[in-house]
Amino acid sequence: MSDMAVDMGRRRPFVVRHPSVLIFLAALALFTVGVTILAEGFGIGVISTSFVKTLGKTLCLCLVALAMDLVWGYCGILSLGHMAFFGIGGYAIGMWLMYARTELIVIESLAAAPLPPTPQEISDGIATQIFGVVGASEFPAVWAFAHSLPLQLAAVVLVPGLLALVFGWLAFRSRVTGVYLSILTQAMTLALSLYLFQNDSGLRGNNGLSGLQNLPGLDQVPQSVVSMWFFWASALALGLGYVLSAWVVSGRFGSVIRAIRDDEARVRFLGYPVEAFKLFIFTLTAIIAGIAGALYYPQAGIINPAEIAPIASIYLAVWVAIGGRGRLYGAVIGAAFVSLLSTWFTGGQAPDVNLGFYTISWVDWWTVLLGLSFVAVTLLAPKGIGGLIDLLTDRVSPDRHGADLGPEPGALREKEADR
Amino acid sequence: MTRSLCRILICCLISIAAPVAAQQADAPIQQVLQAHGDEIEKSSRRTIGPAIDALAASGLSEAQEVLERWQAKEMWRQTETGLFVWAEEIDRDTLRVFDFADGSELGTFSDDDYEQLKPNSGIRGMIGAALVRFQLTDPDPVNRATALDAIERDPEASHLAALRAAAGDETDPSLAARKTRLERLLTIRFDEDEAARIEAIEYFDGDLGVDVRAALNPLLATRIEVATALPEGDDIGRVLEPGSEALSEDDAYGLLVDAGLAAPRIGRDDKRVALEGHIENGRIAGIQVATLDSEAARDMAYAALAAAGEVEPVATEAEVSEALSSHVFYERFTGAPPAVVAAASGVLAGIENAVAVNQAMDLGLDALSLASIYFLAAIGLAITFGVMGVINMAHGEFIMMGAYTGYVVQLFVPDYTLSIIVAIPLAFAVTFAAGVALERLVIRWLYHRPLETLLATFGVSIALQQIAKNIFGTQARPLTAPGWLDGSLVFNDIVSISYIRIAIFVLALMFLALILFVMNRTRLGLEVRAVTQNPRMAASMGINPDRINMLTFGFGSGIAGIAGVAIGLYAKVTSEMGADYIVQSFMTVVVGGVGNIWGTLLGASLVGSLQKGIEWLNPSNTLAAQTYMILFIILFIQFRPRGIIALKGRAAEA
Repeated sequence: MSDMAVDMGRRRPFVVRHPSVLIFLAALALFTVGVTILAEGFGIGVISTSFVKTLGKTLCLCLVALAMDLVWGYCGILSLGHMAFFGIGGYAIGMWLMYARTELIVIESLAAAPLPPTPQEISDGIATQIFGVVGASEFPAVWAFAHSLPLQLAAVVLVPGLLALVFGWLAFRSRVTGVYLSILTQAMTLALSLYLFQNDSGLRGNNGLSGLQNLPGLDQVPQSVVSMWFFWASALALGLGYVLSAWVVSGRFGSVIRAIRDDEARVRFLGYPVEAFKLFIFTLTAIIAGIAGALYYPQAGIINPAEIAPIASIYLAVWVAIGGRGRLYGAVIGAAFVSLLSTWFTGGQAPDVNLGFYTISWVDWWTVLLGLSFVAVTLLAPKGIGGLIDLLTDRVSPDRHGADLGPEPGALREKEADR
Repeated sequence: MTRSLCRILICCLISIAAPVAAQQADAPIQQVLQAHGDEIEKSSRRTIGPAIDALAASGLSEAQEVLERWQAKEMWRQTETGLFVWAEEIDRDTLRVFDFADGSELGTFSDDDYEQLKPNSGIRGMIGAALVRFQLTDPDPVNRATALDAIERDPEASHLAALRAAAGDETDPSLAARKTRLERLLTIRFDEDEAARIEAIEYFDGDLGVDVRAALNPLLATRIEVATALPEGDDIGRVLEPGSEALSEDDAYGLLVDAGLAAPRIGRDDKRVALEGHIENGRIAGIQVATLDSEAARDMAYAALAAAGEVEPVATEAEVSEALSSHVFYERFTGAPPAVVAAASGVLAGIENAVAVNQAMDLGLDALSLASIYFLAAIGLAITFGVMGVINMAHGEFIMMGAYTGYVVQLFVPDYTLSIIVAIPLAFAVTFAAGVALERLVIRWLYHRPLETLLATFGVSIALQQIAKNIFGTQARPLTAPGWLDGSLVFNDIVSISYIRIAIFVLALMFLALILFVMNRTRLGLEVRAVTQNPRMAASMGINPDRINMLTFGFGSGIAGIAGVAIGLYAKVTSEMGADYIVQSFMTVVVGGVGNIWGTLLGASLVGSLQKGIEWLNPSNTLAAQTYMILFIILFIQFRPRGIIALKGRAAEA
């Protein structure tokens, strides 16, 4: 499967110009094959099913981090709302999973009745099963398409895409930029999560959607196999997402986007429709985030509004920053590194540190360490982990100390101009 | 006649025999009791009324004691003489007996000669009602007030006469007012005379009391009735349309069925049960069971069963709608006669207008207090973000630090007033230090890189929150307000505001004045404005920009700490309390207009009143209110991206 992605990548000429894409795809393929051999589903069973799920989820997080890098690292829009798009994608697929599975259960239980069930009885039965927990027994309007997998799959792409399009159009049109845009996207995320927390939002309030790990009609397939399917799908999505992102940021389009990041006004004066470029990137990344979410939550098994809370989007920014923004592999490395490390620390596997007077329990102190190391990365190593690769490949960035050469804070400095 | 003579004779004999004192068999109270002796002894709720009334109306001072003893099951009757006494049980068989007439002890007797009167709970209630009459004229004002409380809790028709009798000779003015009000309320509910009721109703014109509405609303009670044509009459209310909000079609048809005007309709479940009961060889009335997978097919099967006489025939949908359209549904007033209803609805309409006005005022006060809380949360930000242009996402955590400082101070200083006085400067000091440290260690390296400032302070915010969680735990900690801030300022039954909210409002005003003073009238404020407008020029003038930035940031953070103490008094102290306010605080500053303290004030007013307004439209759901408020703000920023008060000219470019 991943070999296919590599093949597809080879056909594109730009891959030759960007060797990192090839290296990344090869690493991803190697990783996928390795996990397949080691996992329970089809291999020798060294890796447990739950760890396969963790790895699969990590791949999805890498994909959403890739989207974040595209919108922030390349286009300079620090969006604090991409985890909301991620969550929307999860909700969209979760609605179908929950509906279809409940439908099977209801039909099975009604089959024992003397009369064959009417469509109305089935629908009422499903509604009672799903919404009994929030005290409702009728389908809200948002569930109108939940019976159809193709329509919900379309929703995975369309809902985040449309939301991003409308929000982005409103925001970019009125020239909301920089930190204002960040705060505005954060407000959007907060509004969405608060809305979903209500019981009458139609999406089961803070209970969220659950039981998503069970595929409807495939109860006899063991989870070890299902987890591998999702792992492969996540790996494929990440591979395709990486190629797509690399293709978008290469060439003239990518140059314009980077130019917008560095000096938006100048690009506008050169005659480029800055708003359209930003809107395209914002919407595209929202769609990628939605797809990543749709792959993530069936592996997680449950989605609730807390997943959409603003802090999740901030963590996304943290991953990208630690991995190194402005380079695609940086985002992937950051997301994988931090989220796996986070799982290790908060899972209680990390050994406690005994200081004599106080024992540092990592379950409690990991967040502190993460927050402080994030500050340290921002201050001391703006390139993140990706900067290490620069050391290997001997690429040195200009020294940015010295007097301003232009009126803008982002303008080149004296010594940069010298090089 | 002979019997009473006999009785007196026996009485005399007994009184001679009695060792201690003779009972006064001819005392007035005993005569009243004897007149109703049989009813009292064989009491039932239906027959006891005259006896209680006679006692209560006797005007005898002993009557109250008789009723109290009776109610407490302490009244006994001599089996032979039939005289009533009260007694204490010394042990299982022995009684110490007292006379009602003068309260004197008659001696100790075996209880074989006496029969205890045990009124049931219904009668005890009636006795209690009669006792109210005595309590209302009790010399002790406390007892009178207790009696009024009891009537207010559970009014009865019998209280009305008692209240009227007791109203005249009330000396305490506040009790007199309460008695009059209660008398008027009871008149509305229980008086037989329509004119008196209407007069009482009009007495309350414009009154906002909840009790008035509680008395008036039952008068307007209606019953929905159905007829083929609308009947004439004063007691007919509005005509209802089936399928409207007041009367659903199902309910309307239910009325028709109950009135015998239409055949019953069968529900989906009942129909299924009926069908299931008639399955024969996989068929129902000749129809294959397997084909009955739609409502239409089931209807047909049921109709076939009904035609065969197996089940009750039911109305079809067409018959239902026909029946609904050929009848008229209307409300009939059942709570009171038409004239009273008219008076009550007129007065109630006036009252509801007044209530609406007052609710609007109350809402205004609520909005004001919410606005002052947002203002408090945002004002530190107005300095660090608004004036300096530094995004500090850890601002909410400074609020939290201030609140926890207050909590820790209260652990050491038990006096709440003193602890708040200590906590406010201490919270300022702690958060000032934290702010200066943050500025020195992190922010000064990131001036002109706002996105990175945002991210780095996020890291600080995450770390501070978790540290607070590790130290203080996840449960909410109390920050108790001093006693003099308890309670609330009540204007009437609708408009009230708690003192703590007033205190927060006053604190917000003081902050506004303080910051305006510091920024516009002091050397520090001048230097701050100089540095923010043009740091290089300010440096050339001998101002140290580093020092000023550090102090300004510390000042803004310190104010967040004081705001934390105030917010902690009003809400619980948790490690997440800052995070709850941070987005709203930024919204407040952005909506108001960055770089302007007055703008922050306007922004807080707008955000606060908006949230309260939306909550009023949908009171059950504060989450929805916050959602819609944020959406509104996002839209607002579309149209005024620089806030309500936008800086103009060169300052806007900085």
